[in-house]
Amino acid sequence: MIDRFVIPLVKIAIVLNATLVAVTYMVLLERKVIAWAQSRLGPMRVGPYGILQPVADAVKLMIKEDITPVRADKWVFTAAPIISMVPALIVYAVIPFGPTVTMFGHPVPLYITDINVGLLYVVSVASVGVYGIILAGWASNSKYPLLASLRASAQLISYEVAVTLTLVSVIMMAGTLSMVGIVNAQYNQHIWYVFAQPVAFVLVLIGGLAETNRAPFDLPEAEQELTGGFHTEYSGMRFALFFLAEYANMIVVSSVVTTLFLGGWLPPFPNTAVFHVLYYIPSWMWFFLKSFAFLYLFIWIRATLPRYRYDQLMRLGWKVLIPLAIVNLVITGLVKVVLL
Amino acid sequence: MGQAIAFYTLAAFILGFAIMVVSTRNTVHSVLFLVLNFLFVAALYVLLGADFLAVIQVLVYAGGIVVLYLFVVMLVNLKRAPEAHEDPHRRTTLGFGLGVAVLLELGVIGAYTSTQVPAPVAANAAMPMAGNTEQVGWLLYTSYLIPFEIASMLLLVAMIGAIVLAKREL
Repeated sequence: MIDRFVIPLVKIAIVLNATLVAVTYMVLLERKVIAWAQSRLGPMRVGPYGILQPVADAVKLMIKEDITPVRADKWVFTAAPIISMVPALIVYAVIPFGPTVTMFGHPVPLYITDINVGLLYVVSVASVGVYGIILAGWASNSKYPLLASLRASAQLISYEVAVTLTLVSVIMMAGTLSMVGIVNAQYNQHIWYVFAQPVAFVLVLIGGLAETNRAPFDLPEAEQELTGGFHTEYSGMRFALFFLAEYANMIVVSSVVTTLFLGGWLPPFPNTAVFHVLYYIPSWMWFFLKSFAFLYLFIWIRATLPRYRYDQLMRLGWKVLIPLAIVNLVITGLVKVVLL
Repeated sequence: MGQAIAFYTLAAFILGFAIMVVSTRNTVHSVLFLVLNFLFVAALYVLLGADFLAVIQVLVYAGGIVVLYLFVVMLVNLKRAPEAHEDPHRRTTLGFGLGVAVLLELGVIGAYTSTQVPAPVAANAAMPMAGNTEQVGWLLYTSYLIPFEIASMLLLVAMIGAIVLAKREL
Protein backbone atom coordinates (compact mmCIF):
# COMPACT_ATOMS: atom_id res chain seq x y z
CA MET A 1 0.00 0.00 0.00
CA ILE A 2 2.65 2.48 1.09
CA ASP A 3 5.04 1.45 -1.66
CA ARG A 4 2.39 1.46 -4.36
CA PHE A 5 0.44 4.62 -3.64
CA VAL A 6 1.74 6.79 -0.82
CA ILE A 7 5.39 7.03 -1.83
CA PRO A 8 4.72 7.76 -5.55
CA LEU A 9 2.13 10.41 -4.69
CA VAL A 10 4.47 12.08 -2.21
CA LYS A 11 7.23 12.02 -4.82
CA ILE A 12 4.98 13.57 -7.47
CA ALA A 13 3.92 16.30 -5.05
CA ILE A 14 7.53 17.04 -4.10
CA VAL A 15 8.76 17.11 -7.71
CA LEU A 16 5.93 19.37 -8.91
CA ASN A 17 6.34 21.86 -6.08
CA ALA A 18 10.11 21.83 -6.23
CA THR A 19 9.94 22.49 -9.97
CA LEU A 20 7.64 25.46 -9.60
CA VAL A 21 9.75 26.97 -6.83
CA ALA A 22 12.93 26.28 -8.83
CA VAL A 23 11.36 27.95 -11.86
CA THR A 24 10.50 31.15 -9.99
CA TYR A 25 14.00 31.32 -8.57
CA MET A 26 15.48 30.62 -12.00
CA VAL A 27 13.89 33.90 -13.10
CA LEU A 28 15.57 35.72 -10.24
CA LEU A 29 18.89 34.00 -10.93
CA GLU A 30 18.68 34.98 -14.57
CA ARG A 31 17.99 38.62 -13.74
CA LYS A 32 20.83 38.66 -11.22
CA VAL A 33 23.41 36.97 -13.45
CA ILE A 34 22.57 39.15 -16.44
CA ALA A 35 22.74 42.20 -14.20
CA TRP A 36 26.19 41.18 -12.99
CA ALA A 37 27.31 40.54 -16.55
CA GLN A 38 26.26 44.11 -17.38
CA SER A 39 27.72 45.69 -14.21
CA ARG A 40 24.33 46.30 -12.62
CA LEU A 41 22.92 45.10 -9.32
CA GLY A 42 19.68 43.53 -10.48
CA PRO A 43 16.64 43.32 -8.19
CA MET A 44 17.64 44.63 -4.75
CA ARG A 45 14.45 46.03 -3.17
CA VAL A 46 12.35 43.04 -2.13
CA GLY A 47 14.13 41.29 0.72
CA PRO A 48 17.90 41.22 1.22
CA TYR A 49 19.62 41.25 -2.18
CA GLY A 50 16.18 40.85 -3.76
CA ILE A 51 15.71 37.21 -2.78
CA LEU A 52 11.97 37.70 -2.23
CA GLN A 53 11.49 39.16 -5.72
CA PRO A 54 9.88 35.91 -7.08
CA VAL A 55 7.20 36.14 -4.38
CA ALA A 56 6.43 39.73 -5.32
CA ASP A 57 6.34 38.78 -9.02
CA ALA A 58 3.96 35.88 -8.35
CA VAL A 59 1.60 38.10 -6.36
CA LYS A 60 1.71 40.76 -9.05
CA LEU A 61 0.94 38.31 -11.84
CA MET A 62 -1.91 36.72 -9.90
CA ILE A 63 -3.74 39.95 -9.11
CA LYS A 64 -3.29 41.46 -12.58
CA GLU A 65 -6.32 41.83 -14.79
CA ASP A 66 -6.91 38.81 -16.99
CA ILE A 67 -7.78 40.01 -20.49
CA THR A 68 -9.11 37.92 -23.37
CA PRO A 69 -9.16 39.88 -26.64
CA VAL A 70 -12.68 40.21 -28.08
CA ARG A 71 -11.79 38.70 -31.44
CA ALA A 72 -9.77 35.84 -29.93
CA ASP A 73 -10.87 32.23 -30.15
CA LYS A 74 -11.92 31.93 -26.52
CA TRP A 75 -11.50 28.18 -25.95
CA VAL A 76 -8.18 27.80 -27.69
CA PHE A 77 -6.91 31.04 -26.15
CA THR A 78 -7.62 29.63 -22.70
CA ALA A 79 -6.23 26.18 -23.47
CA ALA A 80 -2.94 27.29 -25.05
CA PRO A 81 -1.06 28.25 -21.85
CA ILE A 82 -2.22 25.02 -20.20
CA ILE A 83 -1.11 22.98 -23.21
CA SER A 84 2.36 24.48 -23.05
CA MET A 85 2.65 24.07 -19.26
CA VAL A 86 1.51 20.45 -18.91
CA PRO A 87 4.15 18.77 -21.14
CA ALA A 88 6.87 20.79 -19.41
CA LEU A 89 5.76 19.30 -16.08
CA ILE A 90 4.97 15.68 -16.97
CA VAL A 91 8.44 15.11 -18.41
CA TYR A 92 9.73 15.03 -14.83
CA ALA A 93 8.02 11.65 -14.42
CA VAL A 94 10.96 9.83 -16.01
CA ILE A 95 13.92 11.97 -14.94
CA PRO A 96 16.08 10.05 -12.46
CA PHE A 97 17.35 12.34 -9.70
CA GLY A 98 19.18 9.47 -8.02
CA PRO A 99 19.27 5.70 -7.59
CA THR A 100 17.11 3.73 -5.19
CA VAL A 101 17.87 4.67 -1.59
CA THR A 102 16.52 3.33 1.68
CA MET A 103 14.44 5.77 3.69
CA PHE A 104 12.84 4.77 7.00
CA GLY A 105 13.18 1.11 6.06
CA HIS A 106 11.51 1.54 2.65
CA PRO A 107 13.38 1.28 -0.63
CA VAL A 108 12.65 4.60 -2.33
CA PRO A 109 13.79 5.17 -5.92
CA LEU A 110 14.69 8.82 -6.44
CA TYR A 111 12.67 8.95 -9.65
CA ILE A 112 8.93 8.85 -10.16
CA THR A 113 8.94 6.01 -12.66
CA ASP A 114 11.39 4.15 -14.83
CA ILE A 115 9.58 3.17 -18.01
CA ASN A 116 11.08 1.03 -20.71
CA VAL A 117 10.79 3.81 -23.31
CA GLY A 118 11.85 6.71 -21.05
CA LEU A 119 13.91 8.71 -23.53
CA LEU A 120 11.30 8.36 -26.29
CA TYR A 121 8.69 9.53 -23.79
CA VAL A 122 10.71 12.69 -23.16
CA VAL A 123 11.01 13.36 -26.89
CA SER A 124 7.35 12.72 -27.62
CA VAL A 125 6.08 14.84 -24.75
CA ALA A 126 8.37 17.65 -25.86
CA SER A 127 6.93 17.38 -29.38
CA VAL A 128 3.41 17.88 -28.02
CA GLY A 129 4.56 21.05 -26.26
CA VAL A 130 4.75 22.82 -29.64
CA TYR A 131 0.95 23.03 -29.73
CA GLY A 132 0.87 25.52 -26.86
CA ILE A 133 2.94 27.98 -28.87
CA ILE A 134 1.19 27.49 -32.24
CA LEU A 135 -2.26 27.76 -30.71
CA ALA A 136 -1.40 30.79 -28.59
CA GLY A 137 -0.34 32.65 -31.70
CA TRP A 138 -3.32 31.56 -33.74
CA ALA A 139 -5.99 32.05 -31.08
CA SER A 140 -4.87 35.59 -30.28
CA ASN A 141 -6.12 36.62 -33.73
CA SER A 142 -3.40 39.21 -33.98
CA LYS A 143 -0.67 39.36 -36.60
CA TYR A 144 2.54 39.58 -34.58
CA PRO A 145 1.72 36.63 -32.32
CA LEU A 146 0.75 34.59 -35.39
CA LEU A 147 4.06 35.36 -37.10
CA ALA A 148 5.94 34.55 -33.91
CA SER A 149 4.17 31.27 -33.45
CA LEU A 150 4.84 30.21 -37.04
CA ARG A 151 8.50 31.01 -36.51
CA ALA A 152 8.55 29.16 -33.22
CA SER A 153 6.94 26.04 -34.55
CA ALA A 154 9.16 25.91 -37.64
CA GLN A 155 12.17 26.27 -35.35
CA LEU A 156 10.98 23.61 -32.91
CA ILE A 157 10.17 21.08 -35.64
CA SER A 158 13.54 21.59 -37.36
CA TYR A 159 15.61 21.23 -34.23
CA GLU A 160 13.52 18.33 -32.96
CA VAL A 161 14.72 16.31 -35.98
CA ALA A 162 18.36 17.10 -35.24
CA VAL A 163 18.07 16.35 -31.52
CA THR A 164 16.16 13.10 -31.99
CA LEU A 165 18.67 11.88 -34.58
CA THR A 166 21.50 12.70 -32.21
CA LEU A 167 19.83 10.90 -29.32
CA VAL A 168 19.83 7.69 -31.37
CA SER A 169 23.63 7.48 -31.10
CA VAL A 170 23.39 7.78 -27.31
CA ILE A 171 20.75 5.05 -27.30
CA MET A 172 23.12 2.88 -29.36
CA MET A 173 25.90 3.42 -26.83
CA ALA A 174 23.69 2.54 -23.89
CA GLY A 175 21.62 -0.17 -25.58
CA THR A 176 18.50 0.96 -23.74
CA LEU A 177 15.83 3.65 -23.85
CA SER A 178 15.26 3.77 -20.11
CA MET A 179 16.68 6.87 -18.42
CA VAL A 180 17.84 4.84 -15.40
CA GLY A 181 19.27 2.25 -17.80
CA ILE A 182 21.30 4.91 -19.60
CA VAL A 183 22.84 6.08 -16.32
CA ASN A 184 23.60 2.49 -15.34
CA ALA A 185 25.20 1.89 -18.74
CA GLN A 186 27.55 4.82 -18.07
CA TYR A 187 28.32 3.26 -14.69
CA ASN A 188 29.13 -0.10 -16.29
CA GLN A 189 31.22 1.46 -19.07
CA HIS A 190 33.18 3.60 -16.55
CA ILE A 191 32.66 6.76 -18.59
CA TRP A 192 30.40 9.74 -18.86
CA TYR A 193 29.00 9.87 -22.38
CA VAL A 194 30.18 13.44 -22.78
CA PHE A 195 33.64 11.93 -23.32
CA ALA A 196 32.42 9.05 -25.47
CA GLN A 197 30.01 11.16 -27.55
CA PRO A 198 31.34 14.75 -27.54
CA VAL A 199 29.71 15.64 -30.87
CA ALA A 200 26.34 14.36 -29.72
CA PHE A 201 26.71 16.36 -26.51
CA VAL A 202 27.28 19.63 -28.36
CA LEU A 203 24.46 18.90 -30.82
CA VAL A 204 21.96 18.14 -28.06
CA LEU A 205 23.03 21.22 -26.13
CA ILE A 206 22.54 23.51 -29.15
CA GLY A 207 19.28 21.77 -30.06
CA GLY A 208 18.13 22.09 -26.46
CA LEU A 209 18.76 25.84 -26.51
CA ALA A 210 16.75 26.12 -29.72
CA GLU A 211 13.91 23.93 -28.48
CA THR A 212 13.47 25.99 -25.33
CA ASN A 213 13.49 29.22 -27.38
CA ARG A 214 16.45 30.50 -25.44
CA ALA A 215 19.01 33.04 -26.60
CA PRO A 216 20.72 33.01 -29.07
CA PHE A 217 17.75 31.24 -30.67
CA ASP A 218 14.96 33.27 -29.04
CA LEU A 219 13.55 34.48 -32.35
CA PRO A 220 9.95 33.71 -31.39
CA GLU A 221 10.16 36.50 -28.83
CA ALA A 222 12.38 38.92 -30.71
CA GLU A 223 11.03 42.15 -29.25
CA GLN A 224 12.29 44.42 -31.99
CA GLU A 225 10.51 42.53 -34.75
CA LEU A 226 7.51 40.95 -33.08
CA THR A 227 6.51 43.24 -30.18
CA GLY A 228 7.02 40.42 -27.70
CA GLY A 229 6.23 37.17 -29.45
CA PHE A 230 3.45 34.60 -29.41
CA HIS A 231 2.26 35.65 -25.95
CA THR A 232 1.80 39.35 -26.78
CA GLU A 233 -1.96 39.24 -26.17
CA TYR A 234 -1.71 37.36 -22.88
CA SER A 235 -1.78 39.01 -19.49
CA GLY A 236 -1.66 38.09 -15.82
CA MET A 237 -1.48 34.45 -14.83
CA ARG A 238 -1.88 33.13 -18.37
CA PHE A 239 1.21 35.00 -19.44
CA ALA A 240 2.92 33.66 -16.33
CA LEU A 241 2.12 30.10 -17.42
CA PHE A 242 4.03 30.58 -20.69
CA PHE A 243 6.87 32.09 -18.74
CA LEU A 244 6.90 29.20 -16.25
CA ALA A 245 6.72 26.66 -19.08
CA GLU A 246 9.79 28.16 -20.73
CA TYR A 247 11.84 27.96 -17.55
CA ALA A 248 10.49 24.51 -16.67
CA ASN A 249 11.61 23.38 -20.13
CA MET A 250 15.05 24.81 -19.45
CA ILE A 251 15.28 22.70 -16.31
CA VAL A 252 14.06 19.68 -18.30
CA VAL A 253 16.75 20.16 -20.94
CA SER A 254 19.46 20.54 -18.28
CA SER A 255 18.27 17.43 -16.46
CA VAL A 256 18.05 15.36 -19.64
CA VAL A 257 21.52 16.46 -20.82
CA THR A 258 22.87 15.69 -17.35
CA THR A 259 21.30 12.24 -17.41
CA LEU A 260 22.44 11.33 -20.90
CA PHE A 261 25.90 12.85 -21.03
CA LEU A 262 27.09 13.64 -17.51
CA GLY A 263 26.12 10.37 -15.88
CA GLY A 264 23.03 11.64 -14.05
CA TRP A 265 23.61 11.00 -10.38
CA LEU A 266 27.08 9.46 -10.90
CA PRO A 267 30.21 11.31 -9.78
CA PRO A 268 33.03 11.86 -12.29
CA PHE A 269 34.96 8.70 -13.16
CA PRO A 270 32.12 6.38 -12.14
CA ASN A 271 32.91 2.86 -10.94
CA THR A 272 36.68 3.32 -10.63
CA ALA A 273 38.27 2.35 -7.34
CA VAL A 274 40.70 5.29 -7.19
CA PHE A 275 37.96 7.92 -7.18
CA HIS A 276 35.66 6.06 -4.83
CA VAL A 277 35.92 8.91 -2.36
CA LEU A 278 33.62 10.96 -4.65
CA TYR A 279 30.73 8.70 -3.68
CA TYR A 280 30.63 10.34 -0.24
CA ILE A 281 28.75 13.22 -1.85
CA PRO A 282 25.14 12.04 -2.08
CA SER A 283 23.95 11.01 -5.53
CA TRP A 284 21.13 13.57 -5.87
CA MET A 285 23.62 16.28 -4.95
CA TRP A 286 25.73 15.39 -8.00
CA PHE A 287 22.62 15.49 -10.16
CA PHE A 288 21.56 18.92 -8.95
CA LEU A 289 25.08 20.33 -9.17
CA LYS A 290 25.39 19.25 -12.79
CA SER A 291 21.93 20.45 -13.78
CA PHE A 292 22.58 23.75 -12.10
CA ALA A 293 25.80 24.15 -14.06
CA PHE A 294 23.81 23.78 -17.27
CA LEU A 295 21.17 26.27 -16.15
CA TYR A 296 23.94 28.73 -15.37
CA LEU A 297 25.45 28.06 -18.79
CA PHE A 298 22.11 28.89 -20.45
CA ILE A 299 21.93 32.22 -18.65
CA TRP A 300 25.57 32.94 -19.38
CA ILE A 301 24.95 32.31 -23.09
CA ARG A 302 21.98 34.64 -23.04
CA ALA A 303 24.06 37.39 -21.45
CA THR A 304 26.89 36.92 -23.95
CA LEU A 305 25.66 36.01 -27.43
CA PRO A 306 23.61 38.13 -29.85
CA ARG A 307 20.48 36.70 -31.44
CA TYR A 308 20.67 34.66 -34.65
CA ARG A 309 18.88 35.82 -37.78
CA TYR A 310 16.04 33.58 -38.91
CA ASP A 311 17.73 32.28 -42.08
CA GLN A 312 20.97 31.66 -40.15
CA LEU A 313 18.99 29.66 -37.61
CA MET A 314 17.38 27.49 -40.27
CA ARG A 315 20.66 27.01 -42.11
CA LEU A 316 22.39 25.96 -38.89
CA GLY A 317 19.63 23.47 -38.12
CA TRP A 318 19.25 21.81 -41.50
CA LYS A 319 22.67 22.18 -43.07
CA VAL A 320 24.95 21.73 -40.07
CA LEU A 321 23.25 19.97 -37.18
CA ILE A 322 21.29 17.31 -39.08
CA PRO A 323 24.21 16.19 -41.33
CA LEU A 324 26.51 16.15 -38.30
CA ALA A 325 23.98 14.09 -36.39
CA ILE A 326 23.76 11.56 -39.22
CA VAL A 327 27.57 11.33 -39.55
CA ASN A 328 27.84 10.89 -35.79
CA LEU A 329 25.23 8.15 -35.90
CA VAL A 330 27.04 6.27 -38.66
CA ILE A 331 30.40 6.54 -36.88
CA THR A 332 28.86 5.36 -33.61
CA GLY A 333 27.35 2.38 -35.41
CA LEU A 334 30.67 1.50 -37.11
CA VAL A 335 32.64 1.77 -33.87
CA LYS A 336 30.08 -0.34 -32.10
CA VAL A 337 30.24 -3.05 -34.79
CA VAL A 338 34.05 -3.02 -34.91
CA LEU A 339 34.55 -3.08 -31.15
CA LEU A 340 31.97 -5.75 -30.35
CA MET B 1 -13.04 -5.90 -15.22
CA GLY B 2 -10.99 -2.78 -14.67
CA GLN B 3 -9.43 -3.24 -18.07
CA ALA B 4 -12.82 -3.52 -19.73
CA ILE B 5 -14.01 -0.30 -18.05
CA ALA B 6 -10.84 1.48 -19.13
CA PHE B 7 -11.18 0.15 -22.68
CA TYR B 8 -14.79 1.21 -23.13
CA THR B 9 -14.15 4.64 -21.61
CA LEU B 10 -11.21 5.23 -23.92
CA ALA B 11 -13.11 3.86 -26.91
CA ALA B 12 -16.04 6.19 -26.17
CA PHE B 13 -13.68 9.17 -26.03
CA ILE B 14 -11.93 8.12 -29.24
CA LEU B 15 -15.24 7.80 -31.10
CA GLY B 16 -16.51 11.06 -29.62
CA PHE B 17 -13.42 12.98 -30.71
CA ALA B 18 -13.53 11.34 -34.15
CA ILE B 19 -17.11 12.56 -34.59
CA MET B 20 -16.07 16.03 -33.42
CA VAL B 21 -13.26 16.04 -36.01
CA VAL B 22 -15.70 15.72 -38.89
CA SER B 23 -18.60 17.72 -37.44
CA THR B 24 -16.84 20.85 -36.12
CA ARG B 25 -17.20 23.88 -38.37
CA ASN B 26 -13.91 25.51 -37.37
CA THR B 27 -11.04 23.72 -39.13
CA VAL B 28 -8.43 24.43 -36.44
CA HIS B 29 -10.76 23.03 -33.77
CA SER B 30 -11.22 19.98 -35.95
CA VAL B 31 -7.45 19.43 -36.10
CA LEU B 32 -7.25 19.83 -32.32
CA PHE B 33 -9.87 17.14 -31.82
CA LEU B 34 -7.75 14.94 -34.08
CA VAL B 35 -4.81 15.45 -31.70
CA LEU B 36 -6.98 14.46 -28.74
CA ASN B 37 -8.14 11.44 -30.70
CA PHE B 38 -4.53 10.35 -31.33
CA LEU B 39 -3.60 10.87 -27.69
CA PHE B 40 -6.45 8.64 -26.55
CA VAL B 41 -5.48 5.98 -29.09
CA ALA B 42 -2.00 6.11 -27.52
CA ALA B 43 -3.64 5.54 -24.14
CA LEU B 44 -5.36 2.50 -25.62
CA TYR B 45 -1.96 1.13 -26.67
CA VAL B 46 -0.66 1.62 -23.15
CA LEU B 47 -3.64 -0.34 -21.89
CA LEU B 48 -2.67 -3.18 -24.23
CA GLY B 49 0.89 -3.13 -22.88
CA ALA B 50 2.36 -1.73 -26.10
CA ASP B 51 4.35 1.12 -24.54
CA PHE B 52 6.67 1.56 -27.49
CA LEU B 53 3.80 1.86 -29.95
CA ALA B 54 2.04 4.35 -27.68
CA VAL B 55 5.06 6.64 -27.45
CA ILE B 56 5.66 6.41 -31.20
CA GLN B 57 1.99 7.22 -31.79
CA VAL B 58 2.33 10.42 -29.76
CA LEU B 59 5.70 11.31 -31.29
CA VAL B 60 4.84 10.71 -34.94
CA TYR B 61 1.13 11.40 -35.20
CA ALA B 62 0.22 13.80 -32.41
CA GLY B 63 3.57 15.59 -32.33
CA GLY B 64 4.65 15.47 -35.96
CA ILE B 65 2.05 14.96 -38.62
CA VAL B 66 -0.78 16.94 -37.04
CA VAL B 67 1.55 19.90 -36.48
CA LEU B 68 1.95 20.00 -40.27
CA TYR B 69 -1.85 19.76 -40.70
CA LEU B 70 -2.20 22.68 -38.33
CA PHE B 71 0.35 24.67 -40.33
CA VAL B 72 -1.56 24.12 -43.56
CA VAL B 73 -4.92 24.89 -41.98
CA MET B 74 -3.60 28.08 -40.40
CA LEU B 75 -1.97 29.33 -43.60
CA VAL B 76 -4.76 28.49 -46.03
CA ASN B 77 -7.66 30.89 -46.20
CA LEU B 78 -10.75 28.89 -45.27
CA LYS B 79 -13.03 31.83 -44.60
CA ARG B 80 -14.82 31.64 -47.93
CA ALA B 81 -18.55 31.69 -48.47
CA PRO B 82 -20.24 28.32 -47.91
CA GLU B 83 -21.17 27.95 -51.60
CA ALA B 84 -17.45 28.07 -52.50
CA HIS B 85 -17.10 24.76 -50.70
CA GLU B 86 -19.70 23.13 -52.92
CA ASP B 87 -17.81 20.74 -55.14
CA PRO B 88 -19.51 20.36 -58.54
CA HIS B 89 -17.72 17.05 -59.09
CA ARG B 90 -18.77 15.59 -55.77
CA ARG B 91 -19.97 12.02 -56.20
CA THR B 92 -22.25 11.44 -53.26
CA THR B 93 -23.41 8.00 -54.34
CA LEU B 94 -19.85 6.75 -54.93
CA GLY B 95 -18.69 7.98 -51.53
CA PHE B 96 -21.73 6.47 -49.86
CA GLY B 97 -21.12 3.16 -51.63
CA LEU B 98 -17.46 3.08 -50.56
CA GLY B 99 -18.47 3.83 -46.97
CA VAL B 100 -20.96 0.99 -46.97
CA ALA B 101 -18.33 -1.34 -48.46
CA VAL B 102 -15.82 -0.49 -45.72
CA LEU B 103 -18.51 -0.99 -43.04
CA LEU B 104 -19.43 -4.39 -44.50
CA GLU B 105 -15.78 -5.40 -44.63
CA LEU B 106 -15.32 -4.41 -40.98
CA GLY B 107 -18.44 -6.38 -40.07
CA VAL B 108 -17.19 -9.49 -41.90
CA ILE B 109 -13.75 -9.23 -40.27
CA GLY B 110 -15.37 -8.73 -36.86
CA ALA B 111 -17.69 -11.71 -37.32
CA TYR B 112 -14.83 -13.88 -38.57
CA THR B 113 -12.34 -13.02 -35.84
CA SER B 114 -14.88 -13.33 -33.01
CA THR B 115 -15.25 -17.04 -33.80
CA GLN B 116 -11.48 -17.59 -33.84
CA VAL B 117 -9.20 -17.89 -30.86
CA PRO B 118 -6.40 -15.34 -31.33
CA ALA B 119 -3.20 -17.20 -32.16
CA PRO B 120 -0.40 -16.40 -29.73
CA VAL B 121 2.41 -14.29 -31.16
CA ALA B 122 4.87 -16.69 -32.77
CA ALA B 123 6.87 -17.71 -29.74
CA ASN B 124 10.45 -17.64 -30.88
CA ALA B 125 12.97 -19.24 -28.57
CA ALA B 126 15.65 -16.76 -29.58
CA MET B 127 13.41 -13.75 -29.01
CA PRO B 128 14.64 -11.62 -26.12
CA MET B 129 11.71 -10.94 -23.81
CA ALA B 130 13.53 -8.03 -22.21
CA GLY B 131 11.15 -5.25 -23.18
CA ASN B 132 8.66 -3.84 -25.57
CA THR B 133 11.16 -2.04 -27.79
CA GLU B 134 13.41 -5.08 -28.08
CA GLN B 135 10.46 -7.26 -29.04
CA VAL B 136 9.25 -4.86 -31.71
CA GLY B 137 12.78 -4.53 -33.11
CA TRP B 138 13.28 -8.28 -33.06
CA LEU B 139 10.05 -9.00 -34.92
CA LEU B 140 10.73 -6.24 -37.46
CA TYR B 141 14.14 -7.66 -38.33
CA THR B 142 13.15 -11.33 -38.35
CA SER B 143 9.53 -12.21 -39.15
CA TYR B 144 8.60 -8.95 -40.87
CA LEU B 145 11.87 -8.07 -42.58
CA ILE B 146 10.51 -7.78 -46.13
CA PRO B 147 7.47 -5.60 -45.28
CA PHE B 148 9.78 -3.47 -43.15
CA GLU B 149 12.25 -2.98 -46.01
CA ILE B 150 9.45 -2.24 -48.46
CA ALA B 151 8.05 0.37 -46.09
CA SER B 152 11.46 2.03 -45.77
CA MET B 153 11.89 2.05 -49.56
CA LEU B 154 8.48 3.70 -49.84
CA LEU B 155 9.51 6.37 -47.35
CA LEU B 156 12.76 6.97 -49.23
CA VAL B 157 10.89 7.35 -52.51
CA ALA B 158 8.45 9.76 -50.87
CA MET B 159 11.33 11.79 -49.46
CA ILE B 160 13.09 12.06 -52.82
CA GLY B 161 9.76 12.88 -54.46
CA ALA B 162 9.18 15.70 -51.99
CA ILE B 163 12.61 17.15 -52.72
CA VAL B 164 12.06 16.93 -56.47
CA LEU B 165 8.66 18.60 -56.18
CA ALA B 166 9.94 21.39 -53.92
CA LYS B 167 13.07 22.11 -55.96
CA ARG B 168 12.17 22.21 -59.63
CA GLU B 169 15.71 23.17 -60.61
CA LEU B 170 18.37 21.19 -58.85
